[in-house]
Amino acid sequence: MTDNSYNEIIELLCDRLSSLADSEVSITAETNLISELSIDSVKLLNLIMEIEDAFDISIPINALADVQTVHELASLISKIKSAS
Amino acid sequence: MNLLEKLDAAAAARKAMLPEGVGAFGIPIEEVYTATEARIGNRRVLLLGTNNYLGLTFSPECIQAAHKALDEEGTGTTGSRMANGSYHGHRALEREFADFYGCGSGIVFTTGYQANLGTISGLVGRGDTVLIDGDSHASIFDGCILSGAEIIRFKHNDMADMEKRLRRLGDRTETTLIIVEGIYSMLGDQAPLADIVELKNKYRCTLLLDEAHSLGVLGETGQGLVEKTGLQKEVDFITGTFSKSLCSIGGFCVSNHPQLDQLRYVSHPYIFTASPSPATIASTRAALQLLREGSHLRKQLWENCTQLYNRLAEIGYQLGPEPGPVIAAILDSPKQALQIWQRLLEKNIYVNLILPPAAPDGKSLVRCSVNAAHTTEQMTYVGDSFAKLYHEVLQS
Repeated sequence: MTDNSYNEIIELLCDRLSSLADSEVSITAETNLISELSIDSVKLLNLIMEIEDAFDISIPINALADVQTVHELASLISKIKSAS
Repeated sequence: MNLLEKLDAAAAARKAMLPEGVGAFGIPIEEVYTATEARIGNRRVLLLGTNNYLGLTFSPECIQAAHKALDEEGTGTTGSRMANGSYHGHRALEREFADFYGCGSGIVFTTGYQANLGTISGLVGRGDTVLIDGDSHASIFDGCILSGAEIIRFKHNDMADMEKRLRRLGDRTETTLIIVEGIYSMLGDQAPLADIVELKNKYRCTLLLDEAHSLGVLGETGQGLVEKTGLQKEVDFITGTFSKSLCSIGGFCVSNHPQLDQLRYVSHPYIFTASPSPATIASTRAALQLLREGSHLRKQLWENCTQLYNRLAEIGYQLGPEPGPVIAAILDSPKQALQIWQRLLEKNIYVNLILPPAAPDGKSLVRCSVNAAHTTEQMTYVGDSFAKLYHEVLQS
């Protein structure tokens, strides 16, 4: 994984999450997707599908169980992307 | 937050959605009169919230068969087939299902939920992939989780999205199980099976079709979507439930792959559970016979489905894309759905209320399940009631 691709993913995630989140929370890599952002599961799944298309990957649903923060989601995407 | 506080939080979330005293989920049914009527509280209600598609719950043949089995074989088997043995009825019903689908073999499970859990977790495991529809039933999802396989979801009935995900899997498609449903339980729409089979063959995957809601409903003899589309030879595994058109409880899997029998030795949901009771098996066998011969029941069911679907569409309700025994009015908010559900109950009509996150895309549903025993007059009354509520609730 290159630092650039990770940063690119973080940037995209923060951008998309800020447009979906109800609150005015400033989104960083350490932001908790569930407890800090008021994003319901439907919106989150739609976001995942959008991200999947942006990077031409499929994220297994079971891998998402371990994801809590923006950083963890970005790392997962990066890992899948580099394996594909 | 400790374990019990987590449950308190879940209860609070539920209460926030449903006002105190509104028992929309798990509503107490005091007495059941017929396949279409029951008593809820002090009301004699019209049942449109069951999956009794062929209306066979009070069929004399099924009741008689169950009585006979109770008298002759007792109330239960008291254990699993692996440990305690398989009764004649279990083996006979498996042969009858295999024969019905023209398959080499069949396995009976104790519930429909376990049929999916047991089949999926027996077929795939760690290192394999399951590709499932976004609107899949919880039994499919839970079976996938139990299996340990990677779960990839494609957009509901979207073949372009499905192919995109197959392409991304590369050479892993050969260890991929695609799982789709004949009729989806939320909106009542059917899977585009011909397109799915084409992709399955192109990418050399294995295909499992769950006919839970389509068994008895689709196809000349009621096999389901597989018969309606003539694709029996293209589907690797078919699962289904006894708890809808067959009016009992249990589930099955049939296949032409001889390896199906091996599931009996690797599938925990099959091995570690008590087998279906003799009465359950006997009534299911009788119901399967009636289902196979029940083209008149399917004709009546489809007349009822079409009548109600067309009426609700004409009124202006947003519905699923095609008529079927599951007809869901799609509402924008839980409040609207709850109001319509409550007002229907006041008019002595019982339907299902489905709120987010159970309903797709964050919508709320008021879902009707139509059956062959409903009369034209009953369908007209339901349509008229929905029409009044459309004006009173949605246009007020």
